[in-house]
Amino acid sequence: MLSEFLNAAFLVALVAATFRMVTPILFTAIGLLVVNRGGIVDLSTEGVMLMGALAGFTAAYYSGSLWLGVLVGALTGGAISLLTAFLVVILKMNQSVSGIAINMLAAGLSFYLFRLIYGSSGETVPTVSTFDPLPIPLLSEIPVIGKVFFSQYALTYLAFIMVVLVWAFLYKTKSGLVIRCTGDNPRTVDTKGISVNLVHTALLVFGGMMYGIGGAFLPLVATGLYVPGISAGRGWIAIAIVIFGNFRPFRVMFGALLFGFLDALQLQIQGIGIDFPYQLLIALPYVLTIIVLIIGGKSSGKPLHLGIPYHRE
Amino acid sequence: MQQKSQPILQIENQTKRFGNVLANENISMQVCGGEIHCLLGENGAGKSTLAECLYGFYRPDSGKYTFKGKEFKPRSPRDAIDAGIGMVHQHFVLSPPMTVIENIVVGTESDGIWLDLKSASEKVAALCSDYDLDLELDTIVGQLPVGRQQWVEILKALYVGVDLLILDEPTASLTPQEVEKLFEILQKMKTKGLSVILITHKLHEVMEISDRVTVLRKARLVGTVNTIDVTRETLVNMMVGRTVSFQVAKKIKTPGRAILELRDLHVLKDNGLDGVKDFSLSICENEIVGLAGVAGNGQSELFDAIVGVRQLQNGQILLSGEDISNDSPDMVIKKGIASIPPDRMTQGLLMGFPIKENLILGRHRVAPFKKGIELKYRVIEQFAEQAIEHYEVVATSGEQIAKTLSGGNLQKVILARELSHDPRFVVASSPTRGLDVGAMEYVHKRLVELRDSGIGILLISEDLDEVFNVSDRIAVIYNGEAMGILNREEATREGVGLLMAGFRGGGG
Repeated sequence: MLSEFLNAAFLVALVAATFRMVTPILFTAIGLLVVNRGGIVDLSTEGVMLMGALAGFTAAYYSGSLWLGVLVGALTGGAISLLTAFLVVILKMNQSVSGIAINMLAAGLSFYLFRLIYGSSGETVPTVSTFDPLPIPLLSEIPVIGKVFFSQYALTYLAFIMVVLVWAFLYKTKSGLVIRCTGDNPRTVDTKGISVNLVHTALLVFGGMMYGIGGAFLPLVATGLYVPGISAGRGWIAIAIVIFGNFRPFRVMFGALLFGFLDALQLQIQGIGIDFPYQLLIALPYVLTIIVLIIGGKSSGKPLHLGIPYHRE
Repeated sequence: MQQKSQPILQIENQTKRFGNVLANENISMQVCGGEIHCLLGENGAGKSTLAECLYGFYRPDSGKYTFKGKEFKPRSPRDAIDAGIGMVHQHFVLSPPMTVIENIVVGTESDGIWLDLKSASEKVAALCSDYDLDLELDTIVGQLPVGRQQWVEILKALYVGVDLLILDEPTASLTPQEVEKLFEILQKMKTKGLSVILITHKLHEVMEISDRVTVLRKARLVGTVNTIDVTRETLVNMMVGRTVSFQVAKKIKTPGRAILELRDLHVLKDNGLDGVKDFSLSICENEIVGLAGVAGNGQSELFDAIVGVRQLQNGQILLSGEDISNDSPDMVIKKGIASIPPDRMTQGLLMGFPIKENLILGRHRVAPFKKGIELKYRVIEQFAEQAIEHYEVVATSGEQIAKTLSGGNLQKVILARELSHDPRFVVASSPTRGLDVGAMEYVHKRLVELRDSGIGILLISEDLDEVFNVSDRIAVIYNGEAMGILNREEATREGVGLLMAGFRGGGG
């Protein structure tokens, strides 16, 4: 039995699947990271991912263009976060409560709109043909490594590129410094004549777009069809991963990879049909999330002003 | 100051309201090039509002600024910065986890999108050597002492280039040595031709550093005078509108036996680190012991431990020889310890409750205020009426909600509650913070009366003037440790300042 685990084909498939499973979480987590670094708590990720998935799928289904689907997913996410921004930036409402409200609204809306657009279940299930992998020329020819790392989907590459871009933006640009300082003490930028509201709104819209792409990945790459509740808690897990990653881009990436790995592992083990209750396997990543938060929950990197509405008093 | 230089700034007829509160009414003043100009007034006189309008934080309702010969209409701090006005705010505006240089550079205009800390560091290093500031630019700001953090604030302004620097109550949390260093920096700025507006309510600072003083009282301009032409007494008159005695009249009393003894106290902060370590101090009858120290050096943990809301890890608290260590707050009150907490709004009172109920907090479970499970409102109301009269609380009746009272009146309600039940010992923490001179005088008078009547008092205060004014002995706390205790007569501000900064062997 152990030999089955360790054969090369299994491992290659496992690692390749890890990257696929990590993509939606990584998009959402890295978007949320930027929002959090600016000092905003955003709990709407799960609902926004669902709406991004539905809108992206629908656009792709009717237009036949998968990339248009990705774009519409992003724009939908951005639009919903604009509503979040109205509540927490303009009205200065409690950020956790607003986030949960938006989350419930978006999640509920995704169920409702799905029924409205596609009718009730039982009829033919609408599908799209998913993205093909995009092997990178030359690099994908390398034995094993090429297959694992360089034969992924375009969106998967993009997610990892976003990690690097967000890191460079936060730590190497002037705007990045403004965002980091806003998260610790918004007055530092207010007294320099920079609008804190504008910074916060921009961050939320960027974050929303990232959650939207994360959501759209699911039907457009992973499944090819839209199922209500398709994000399956990944939005919540992204929140946990940002905390686990101590609000640092590369640590967040590793956290996401860990979760993606377990998710892939449970799928692969189910695939080879070992006699083990599959319900436990499915639960594995979620259990890990809790364990990881217990162990690494002390986040020294937490922005000091996180979650506190900014009033110029 | 004789008109030796042209005014760099002219404020004409500024008026600013917040809702229906008038913060500035028709204020006009001039600041000359290369002068240090103090803006003096009590809390709430409108000093900060004036400055914040000038810095573009608020927009005045009416009025006109002329800066460097041109009309100046700031719509945001950016306009003020661009024009050459900098401001050091009362509460530091820093991001503690970031480095010094990051805090200085953030939000400044320069070409390109990339952060160039290297060339910025060179520029700041040059400023540091100009002003004789010894500062590591890649230190985390949160690890710097308060005095150094203020240098960062000043460097922020100098980095973008200012002609006029406004400092709002810059000495509030500094040790005397740090104040001296700050004044050296301001003098250097003056010799370089920069103008400084220094907002303060401390008279000795005005006398020491300023060329001219503009005094505000109750949102209005009282006048501008040359510092050399006036005395402290004149300034106080202008500021308060009447004469005030600084020195509280105290009878000579010989301290009696020890009433409260603190022995080797060890108390933790909320984050589990040491708040107070091996702290011993005893306070006698007929005595006020002032405990000086920079904020955050263990004062609040010590206060909490005495009133019973924070667990002792080690050590003993004795009240007239009886061990009261780790007694519940309720027991501590019953045994005769009265307390005036550092924050009246969050710790001292329930702001949404009427005065009468605030007056019996902590005694709501004892006769005559309750009988069985019932509160005796008739008795409570009578008590409130007497207390309001006796403690000169300006209020319509005991029914008035606490949050509608001014700071001074809130403090009187606390005094009335705490002192009406014959305490044996009083611990008062920053009892006059944020109060105007009149209310401050009142509180000090009451404390001294208590002392004269035989009670022992521990006065925890960050305000050295207060400590020197009313104490019989002065103790200093630094980093949770007792740094020594001095008799009032042998203590000097410099000596106490050294102890506050952690140098033993200061003192007299």
